[in-house]
Amino acid sequence: MKKLINILTRLSRVALILMGATFLVSILVRQLPGDVALLINPVASAAERDAIRHELGLDRNYFSAYLMWLSQILRGDFGIFIFGGKVFPVIKSAIPATLQLIFYTQILALVIAIPLGVLSAFKQGTRFDKLTSTSLFSLASFPNFGIGLILAVVVGANLGIVPPSGYIRITEDLSQHFKLMLLPVLTLAVGPIATYTRLLRAEVIATLREDYVLLAKSKGISDKRILFRHVLRPSSTTLMTSAALSMGNLIGGALIIEIIFVIPGLGTQLAKAIGTREFFAIQSYVAIIAVFFLIFNSVVDSLINAVDPRTRNRRA
Amino acid sequence: MTDLLKLEDFRVSFSTPRGDLHAVRSVDLTILKGESVGIVGESGSGKTVLSRATMGLMPSTATQTGSAFFNGTDLSTLSRDDLRSHWGTGMAMIFQDPLTSLNPVRRIGSQLTEGLTVRLGMGREQARSRAVELLDRVRIPDPLVTMKKYPGELSGGMRQRIVIAIAIACTPELLFADEPTTALDVTVQAQVLELLTELRAERNMTMVLVTHDLGVVAGHTDRVVVMYAGQIVETAPTKDLFRNMKMPYTEALLKSIPRLDQPSGQRLQVISGRLPDPTKTEPGCAFAPRCTYATDKCRAEAPPLTTAPNGHQYRCFFPITGAN
Repeated sequence: MKKLINILTRLSRVALILMGATFLVSILVRQLPGDVALLINPVASAAERDAIRHELGLDRNYFSAYLMWLSQILRGDFGIFIFGGKVFPVIKSAIPATLQLIFYTQILALVIAIPLGVLSAFKQGTRFDKLTSTSLFSLASFPNFGIGLILAVVVGANLGIVPPSGYIRITEDLSQHFKLMLLPVLTLAVGPIATYTRLLRAEVIATLREDYVLLAKSKGISDKRILFRHVLRPSSTTLMTSAALSMGNLIGGALIIEIIFVIPGLGTQLAKAIGTREFFAIQSYVAIIAVFFLIFNSVVDSLINAVDPRTRNRRA
Repeated sequence: MTDLLKLEDFRVSFSTPRGDLHAVRSVDLTILKGESVGIVGESGSGKTVLSRATMGLMPSTATQTGSAFFNGTDLSTLSRDDLRSHWGTGMAMIFQDPLTSLNPVRRIGSQLTEGLTVRLGMGREQARSRAVELLDRVRIPDPLVTMKKYPGELSGGMRQRIVIAIAIACTPELLFADEPTTALDVTVQAQVLELLTELRAERNMTMVLVTHDLGVVAGHTDRVVVMYAGQIVETAPTKDLFRNMKMPYTEALLKSIPRLDQPSGQRLQVISGRLPDPTKTEPGCAFAPRCTYATDKCRAEAPPLTTAPNGHQYRCFFPITGAN
C-alpha cells in the first residue's frame, strides 16, 4: 500500500512536470513573430485567416489552446500538423537517431572522462593534470557547431576517414552506422568530457583525503586498485547526477548537431517545426524530450542508490 | 630482544606559504620486538605525523629526512613498491576515527578480505573463512551477517573492531594504533584497549600506541615516549615514568586528566599557553614559555636529551625530583 502511494505520488509529479513544461512551451511558441495564417495561405482573405486561426486554437486563450493540444495527445495522435498529418509517426521515426546520438555521446564521454578525471586527481598539480585540464577546457570553450563543422570538413571531407554527414539505421548497416555517428558523437561529447573530468577530478581529490583511503593504502595494495576500487565509487555520485542533468544540454546540442551532420532526428524535426510554426508539434516534441529527460534522471537516481549505500533509506 | 624499528635523526617537515613547518624535529627512537610503546603528547606535538611518516604514509607535500630501519632495512632508501610490500604484512595502522576509516560504499567483507587475497594471495573461499575467524576474534557477533553489511550500519565500537581486524589480517609485526579509542565511548574504549593488548600478546606483535591520554598508556604499554613540539622530551618504562617523571610537561599532561577523586565543582587543570609555532625555531626549551619552573637558562638554551643510569631519558635542565 505504501509502495503504491509512493509510485502514485511519483507518477503524479512526473505528470505535473510534463504539463508545466509543455504549457510553458505553448505560451512561448505563440510569441513567435509572424502571422501563421499568412504562412499557411499567403493570399488568404481576412475571413479565411480567421478560420485558420480558429482551427489552430489561436483565437482561444492560452489555457483552452493548451487543452486542445492535450486532447490531441490523449487521442494518441501526439498532435496534428497545421499542414496536415499526425505528429506521432514523425516522432516515431525521428526518435531512434536522437536517442542513439545522446546515448553514444554519454558513453563516450564517460569512458574518456572517468580515467582522465581519476588520473588527473591522482597526479594533481603535475604536468599531466595541467595539460589535461587546459586542453579539455580550450576544446570545450569552442562552440559545438564550430567543432562539428571543423570535424565534418577536415576529418570527413578532406581526410575522408569517415563520411562527413548522413545517417544509416543500425539494423541496416552496423559499421556504416557507427562510422556516420562518430563525428557527431565526438562533437557532442567534447563539452561533457570536460565537465565530467573536472567534476570527477574534484571529487576524487576530496575522497583521496579520506581516512579510509589511507587505511586502504596501509594494507599495501596498488595505487590503481585504490583508485578504482576504493576511490572511484564514493566519488561518482556528483558525476552521475551531472550526467543525468546534462541530458537537457545534450538534447539542445543534438538539435544543432543533427542539422550539421544531416541526421533525421528529433532536433531536425524540432527546427523544422519552429520554422513553420507547427505549434502543436513543437509542444509534442518538447513533451517527448521531457519524458526522456525524466526517465533518464530517475534511472540515474536508482543507479546512485545502487552505487552508494549512504543514499539509501533517505526518502526525499 | 632485538630492534624492530629504529629511527635515527628522523625529521618531517611540510613546506607552507609561511615557511617550512617542522612537524617532527630530529627523533631518535628504538622499538624492540614484542614491545608495546606509547607515544604521548597533545594535539600538534607530532606524534601522528611521526607514526605515519615512519610507515611512509605521508602525502607528497611532506619532506622526510633521516633513517627508519625496520628489521634492519632502511625504509627511506626503498622504492615506493618496495615500501608498499611492507605495508599490511610488516607494519599496519589503526586510525583514530572508526566512522571515517572504513569505506562507506564497500561491504565489510570485501574490505576485510582484500588484504588477504591481494597481499597473501588467498583464494576467495579461504579469505572468506579467514575473515570470519578474524571478525570472531575481535568479538563481532554474527560475523557472516556483518560481512554483508556496510560500515554505515554498524556502531563506532563495532567499526573500530573491524578496523583492527583489517589491520591485523595480514599478521603485521608492528601495529601503529593512532588514537584508537579517542572517538569511542569510555566503556567501549576499555574493551578495545583490552582487545589490542590480548591480540598483541597472542600474536607476539609489537605495538605503538599513539594517544594524548596518559591514562590510556598506563595499563597497556611497556614504555612511554612523551613528545612535545616534534621532539621526544621524555622516555621511560611506563611504571618508572608514572612513579618518577622528570619533565614538567609530562607532569602537566598527567594533571590535565580529569579525576574522579577530586571534589566536584573543581576546575579542570589545563596546560596554559600554546604549542610553539612549528614554522619557527626559537632558542631555548620548546616548553619554557608554558613551564611553571622555567628559568632564564631554559629560555636561552635548549636542553639536550639526558639519559639517567636506569635508561630514563628527559630533555630538561631542572627535572622534577623525588617521588610524587
